Amino acid sequence: MRESRLSRRGLLAGLGGAVAAGFSLGGCSSRAAMGANGEEARLNLYNWDTYTGKSTLADFRHATGIDVKMSLFGNNDELFAKLRAGNPGFDVIVPSNEFVTRLRVSNLLMPLDHAKLPNFVNLAPSFQTAPFDPGRRWSIPYTWLVLGLGYRKSKMDGVPDSWKWVFDSPRYSGRIGVFSEADDLIRLGAKYLGHSLVGVTPAVTRQVTQMLIRQKPHIKVFHHDEGQDLLAAGDIDIVVEYNGDIAQVMADDADLGFVVPREGTLINSDCLCIPAGAPRPDNAHRFINFVLDASVSAGISRTIRYPTPNAAALKRMPADYRENRAIFPPSDVMAKSEYGDFEGIAHAQLVDEAITEVMAA
Amino acid sequence: MTAAAGGDDWRGAKGMFAVLASPPVLWLAVFFLAPLAIVWAYSFGENRSLTEIAVTGSLGEYARAVKPLYLAIIGKSLWLAGLTTLICLVVGFPVAVAITFADARQKAWLLLLVMLPFWTNLLIRTYALMAVLRTEGYINWTLALAWNGVGAVIALPAFRPLDLLHNNFAVVFGLVYVQLPFMILPLYSALDRLDRSLIEASLDLGAGHLATFVRVVVPLALPGIVSGVIVTFIPSLGAYLTPDLLGGTSSQMIANIIERQFKSANDWPFGAALSFLLMYLTFAAIAAQAMLGRKKVRAA
Repeated sequence: MRESRLSRRGLLAGLGGAVAAGFSLGGCSSRAAMGANGEEARLNLYNWDTYTGKSTLADFRHATGIDVKMSLFGNNDELFAKLRAGNPGFDVIVPSNEFVTRLRVSNLLMPLDHAKLPNFVNLAPSFQTAPFDPGRRWSIPYTWLVLGLGYRKSKMDGVPDSWKWVFDSPRYSGRIGVFSEADDLIRLGAKYLGHSLVGVTPAVTRQVTQMLIRQKPHIKVFHHDEGQDLLAAGDIDIVVEYNGDIAQVMADDADLGFVVPREGTLINSDCLCIPAGAPRPDNAHRFINFVLDASVSAGISRTIRYPTPNAAALKRMPADYRENRAIFPPSDVMAKSEYGDFEGIAHAQLVDEAITEVMAA
Repeated sequence: MTAAAGGDDWRGAKGMFAVLASPPVLWLAVFFLAPLAIVWAYSFGENRSLTEIAVTGSLGEYARAVKPLYLAIIGKSLWLAGLTTLICLVVGFPVAVAITFADARQKAWLLLLVMLPFWTNLLIRTYALMAVLRTEGYINWTLALAWNGVGAVIALPAFRPLDLLHNNFAVVFGLVYVQLPFMILPLYSALDRLDRSLIEASLDLGAGHLATFVRVVVPLALPGIVSGVIVTFIPSLGAYLTPDLLGGTSSQMIANIIERQFKSANDWPFGAALSFLLMYLTFAAIAAQAMLGRKKVRAA
């Protein structure tokens, strides 16, 4: 038995980080000193758990005199639910790419002023623009991550490098863990069936639903992003999870592996954004620019071990990070992988009902 | 205060009553009834965009909520909650009887033990339960130790760990674990007030222990049983954390679906309709129970 570790999307989701955030913001009513830019020397950051470097916030205060108050959320839905009723005082938030779209179409984001972000050039050229945000008007990439298969090497017959082993095969019956996120499941199923994961049609959704219902007797659990813990604890031997989460448990257990299936996968990217109505937008830009600095960014990557989009920072990282196959999957499968996109409310409802059907079957 | 106490009926001190009652009434109205009314209004609405809901008075969301898919899930939730309540009653009754007949010092300790779990957050307790039940958890670890101990003496096949987590067994186990105190406490308070001489009379007059229990103790404890059943059944029906964490692939309960509507599916009108459908059912059940009770009183 091993203790389960807290991860970026772990325990906090259940604990209701939103509540904690609400209280912590309410608590800081004392006035901070004014900075030279006419804003209070404070910044409210709304972030994932275990998602900054050990000294990032202290270094920022040292460099600028701005005090960062960080609140934590457990998943994007929580972040969105918090902001849809109006910004409660956050200056910088860290949504994933699809929620960048959701927030933008709901007019909940503030456009970025690139003149205040000279360190933008540190980003790898491929990340200086993105399908969900051409020209990066609204979001700055912080990390990127992919879904793949975490597995226990001693219990597998070779490397399980296809989605088949979790979606369409009894070979690992009773030892399979699948991500419970409705959207992602349907997309990965479509990817396995040879379709793009963007614009999945109702007919393909139907087909994936039928496949999952057939596969269900062999699936042990639909997990909520604690797949790495279930894998490490021995409850399951193969699991759909994010690369960074599996990379963390691989560091403690040499019998664990991670592979991105050959059909390709879903790429996510967590981004720094400024929510509409942010009380201190200039401080927010200073913070984002600070995080884009090569050495600051490298310091963050050394702690959180997610892939960085920051080319200047990557050069400063040790080889065990740069050459880690779990953190940086090989380029041929990356070429087949895609970003997901928000496809409207009707699509979200359709997909949710499909998964309800799978789980009720 | 002295005026109210000195001879006047408290009903006479209307001003004082209003002063004392208004904060809780106001609290109830502002923080409970008003939000509930808003959610109720949402259940007759539809999504206009990701953040806007138009209350149109349409019954479309209810029509979706009574599709066989969702009714089957409500049925399954009723079944799991009913089973939980039954087990709580069967397990809780002897415990409540034991506490009632313990001496005063032991009674205080036993009640403390019943309430002790409330000192810890539900989520932490659920995670602890996961550590106990999992494939390589404490129960299987202990069983494997015993099995291998015996296996050293006589030949046994290799130990196969029990599947205790991620199935409906784990969900009911977890719900019983969480709800049991809510059953024991009302049962205890009903049994504690019971007139012991009635039990003695029953035994003296020739009824056996079982007959005394069935025909004297249970009828007298009925109010406690009813409130115990209600406070166990309703939260079990709305449980979402327990099936979420302990359940397997077929353990989804209605509250899990409602939660998804407010979070990942971002479909508040549908979530509101499902919630209120559940609430109408609960109201109907309580009303039916009250009506049956009244009929019984009239018949007596």
